[in-house]
Formats: sequence, C-alpha cells, structure tokens
Amino acid sequence: MKSTARRQSYGAKGAPYAFLVPATVLFALFFALPIGYALWLSFRKVRVSGLGLGSGARREVWAGLENYTDALSDSELLHGALRVLGYGCIVVPVMLGLALLFALMLDSEKVRLAPVTRLAIFLPYAVPGVVAALLWGFLYLPDVSPFYFVLDRLGMPQPDLLDGGPLYLALSNIAVWGGTGFNMIVIYTSLQAIPAEVYEAAKLDGATPLQIALRIKIPMVAPSLVLTFFFSIIATLQVYNEPTTLKPLTNSVSTTWSPLMKVYRDAFGEGDIYGAAAQAVIIAFATLLLSFGFLRAANRRQKQEAAR
Amino acid sequence: MSSLAVPQAEPRAGSTPGTVQDRPPLRRRIALIPTVTLLLGAIYCLLPVAWVVIAATKSGPELFSTFTFLPGTGFADNVRDLSAYRDGVYWQWMANSALYAGLGALLSTCVSAVSGYALATYRFRGRETIFNVLLAGVLMPPVILAVPQYLLLAKADLTDSYVSVLLPQILFPYGVYLARIYAAAAVPADVVEAGRMDGASEWRIFTRIALPMMIPGMVTVFLFQFVAIWNNFLLPYIMLSDDEKFPITLGLFTLLEQGANTPALYTLVITGAFLAVLPLVALFLVIQRFWSLDLLSGAVKS
Repeated sequence: MKSTARRQSYGAKGAPYAFLVPATVLFALFFALPIGYALWLSFRKVRVSGLGLGSGARREVWAGLENYTDALSDSELLHGALRVLGYGCIVVPVMLGLALLFALMLDSEKVRLAPVTRLAIFLPYAVPGVVAALLWGFLYLPDVSPFYFVLDRLGMPQPDLLDGGPLYLALSNIAVWGGTGFNMIVIYTSLQAIPAEVYEAAKLDGATPLQIALRIKIPMVAPSLVLTFFFSIIATLQVYNEPTTLKPLTNSVSTTWSPLMKVYRDAFGEGDIYGAAAQAVIIAFATLLLSFGFLRAANRRQKQEAAR
Repeated sequence: MSSLAVPQAEPRAGSTPGTVQDRPPLRRRIALIPTVTLLLGAIYCLLPVAWVVIAATKSGPELFSTFTFLPGTGFADNVRDLSAYRDGVYWQWMANSALYAGLGALLSTCVSAVSGYALATYRFRGRETIFNVLLAGVLMPPVILAVPQYLLLAKADLTDSYVSVLLPQILFPYGVYLARIYAAAAVPADVVEAGRMDGASEWRIFTRIALPMMIPGMVTVFLFQFVAIWNNFLLPYIMLSDDEKFPITLGLFTLLEQGANTPALYTLVITGAFLAVLPLVALFLVIQRFWSLDLLSGAVKS
C-alpha cells in the first residue's frame, strides 16, 4: 500500500514534465532558437575583402554594437516608429471606445436586435487582415467607391484617402473595423458576469442608466479593459498586413511605412540580415518595455482602486 | 468561474418595472439609443462585406461605370475566369488554407490542451517559470520570429514547403494560456485524485477523465487558432515562393499586386476576396452558438 502510494507520487512528479515536452520542444525550436539566432546575427556583419570575388572574399565577422548604432541613427526607422505611434494613437482609443460603447448598449435593458447586431459587429473578426485591407482599399478608390459617388452627386470636394494625413485615417479605419467586434465581445462577456443584485441596489437608490454605466459597469469591467488595451497596443506596434496590402493601390505607402515593413525590406529586399536582425531586436525590446510598463501602471492603478 | 461552462448568460431577469413605468417617454428613449447605436455599428461592419458581395457580381466594365451598390451581371463569368486563372490556382490556395488552418489548429489545440492541463492541475518546480516563458512568446513581434525562423529553416532545407508554414504555428502561447484557465475551472482536483486512487496512469487520467471535461473550452481554442492561422500572412509570405503552396491570404495579395498593372485582374481579386470570406463567415454562423467566449472574461477575472 505504502509503496504504491510512493510510486504513484513519483509518477505524478514526472507527469507534468512529460506533458510539457511538446510545448517545450516547439518553444525551443521555433521561439528560443530563432530569438537567439537573431541576437547573434545582430552582432555580426559581412566584411568584403578585395573585390569581393571568390570564396573567402566575403567573411562574416563580429560587428559589436555597430548594427545597433546604425539602426538607432537610421531616420527611416525612426519615422516608421513615429508613423506607427500616430496610427496607434488613433486606433487604440477609437477601437476600444467603440467596443465599450457597443458592449454597454448590448448590455442595456430593452435593447432590440441585440443578437443580430452583436453578430454583425463581431463578423469582421472572421475576415483576414489582408482581405479587410483589400476590401477597404477598393472602397477608398475614387473609381469604384460609393463614398466618392455620393460626394460627386452632392458636388462636394473629394479628398484623396490614400495620401498624407487621410492615409492614417484610412489605415486606422481598417484596424478599427477589424478589431472592435472582438474587443466588444470580451467586454460584453465580463459585463454579463456582473450579478443582477448590484443593479437592483443601484436602481433602488435612484441611479439612472447612465450613472449605472459610468459608476458601476465601467469600473467593474476594468480588468477586461486592461486586457483589451494590452493586446491592442501589441497588435498596433506590429502592424504590417494592412499597409502592405494597400501598397499596390497607392504610391504613398512606402516599403518602410512601419518598422516591421522596414525589417522585412532590409532582410529580404536588401539582403542585409544583420542590420534587419538588430532592428528586429530593438523593436522586440521596445514592445516588451511598453507592454510591461503598461501592465505595471495598470496594476498599480487597480491596487489603488482596491485600497479605496 | 462557474460561469465558464455557460456559453451565454441569460439576460438579467426581474428588472424593476415599477420605477421605470412612471416615466414612459424616458424609457422609450433609452431603449431607442442603444438600438440605433448598435444598428449603426452593424451597418458600418457589414458595409465592406455588402460591397464585395455586390462587386463580385459585376463584370470588368460595370465595376468602373455603374453605381457601386447596383448588382451587375457578371458573377458566373467572374467565377469562371477566376477558376481558369493559372489552371485554377485559386482553388489550390483555398485548399492550402484549409490544410494549414485545419491541421495546424488541430495540432496546436492538442499541444495547448496537454500543456494547459499540466500547468493547471500539477504543482511542480518551475511551473510558473515555464508558464511565464511560454507566455512571453505572445509579446514577440511576428517578424522578429519569422526572419530568423526562415534563415534557420533554410539551413535545414525546409523553406518553401508546407512544413515551413505548419510547424512554426503549432505552439500558440495564447492557446496554452486559455487552456490552463479552462482546465483549472473545468477539471476538479478530487476527480483527478479519484482516478489516481483507482490506479489509472496520469496519461489515462488526462485522456479519459480530464480531456472530455475540457472539450468545450478546447473548441474555443481550436477556433481561435484556426482563425489565427487562416488570417496569417507574414509567415507564409516569408517562407513560400512557390505559389502552388500559397494560402488564400498570400494568393489574393499577389493577385492584387499584379492587378495594379492590369486592372482587368481587379474583378478577379474582388470575386476571389468574396469567395475567400465565405467559408469563415459560414463557420462563424454555424458555431457562434457553441463557442464559449466566456472563456475570455473568465481569463480576465482569475
């Protein structure tokens, strides 16, 4: 009896490690190894000797921090980062604001058509980013767009949506369109988890629906808002598909519009995998810094709320 | 946490009619604002979809000449042209996407389930470390991974193959995270303990007892990962050069790129986009009642 118990507890001790083997192996091969390799490459460069002909003329050598100083002083990368920052300042507040608004509306009493509209707003999640950008891209083209048709009939000016400032709005719109529904569902499900008694008590105290929304609902779904903020910030920093898809439709999206696009161009267009690796490491580092900074700020905020 | 098992919470019952009935006009107005807001949101979200449905019916000249929301006459021709394009490579892209997303999501759900179960039910050294390291994977920008993944797979002579797109997508940190949350909620510790008392092996406990309890949550994980792989663009873009192996996202993108020079291809791109949206929308309509998005809010609360 005693020995079986011991054997089983040994089995239980080894079991979790055995269960985690597939994930660990995949992580090592497709996450850790590539990250390590990117780090290694970022400290290397190619030295060309002589005319660069013949074997041994191109040698890979240690570069120290050269690739990093190059990347940090690269104005194209900086401009890409600033563009993405501007884009994120539009996308994140608008998308989450709309998601919260729709979630509150869905959750309000006596609302009509809630299941149908909920499904409709969630639907863009099923549309791949590339296809979404493609659809909106056509809707931005004066020759085929209904907006331009209407503007034309009304005799109003027809702005070029794919150039200059409007391009930011055009790109942001694609992200807002694609992401609002998903975030709405996350917020809505946590609204549904609030017990009905809370509202009963508030109503007895004479609270209006608006007060209930502002004073009770929004604070109670704060953790979901933090989560959606977190994922939205990460997704924004990594924007790649939408500007890449719009590129064939306009001349004003450059191959280095976002930092990730520049990494791709440098690695595969220019063949400078070392410089691209250093830039990639910098972007990853900035992402980590921003996300952890955000999480810490959110945690501190929540602790303060709890203490009150 | 018990709310996890309930796919959709019932609308709150027992609203107090007395207080509201005193002010009928206010009540009507309040019901109107949310409904109108949601309708506007729905129109905004359906607009591009409605556009592509109609645009796909238009022949080339009609696309540029008739009003956008006026149906055309060329849908059958468009589908025929699209199917004829490069010997039906379009349908090959669709089949590829189904393979990448279907097989990839299935494998990755299995990995998520077994890892999430282990992380949720056992207490062992390094548990939190392993979990946190896996989760940090979420934060890695895809291109940071994809470029060195490409270079490493090139060394192994595996680029431009189905494997090069399938393998890197099997481990989804977010899926492991969701599976852990779900396993913690759905698999009671005493049931696992009872299995041990009966002398079942740990693997048998997992496959026979825990896994069936985890199925509803794993359906959600499968769908998330299916959508994520179906929508992926960057990884196949970097890995593949042979367009017979392209998924639909990459195929449509290359078609659009060529269309910039030959506007005749625009009708193909639009028809292709319309047909590419159909399977996922259909999937959504069928399964939206089954999948428990509560999992997400449950994840937030823990």
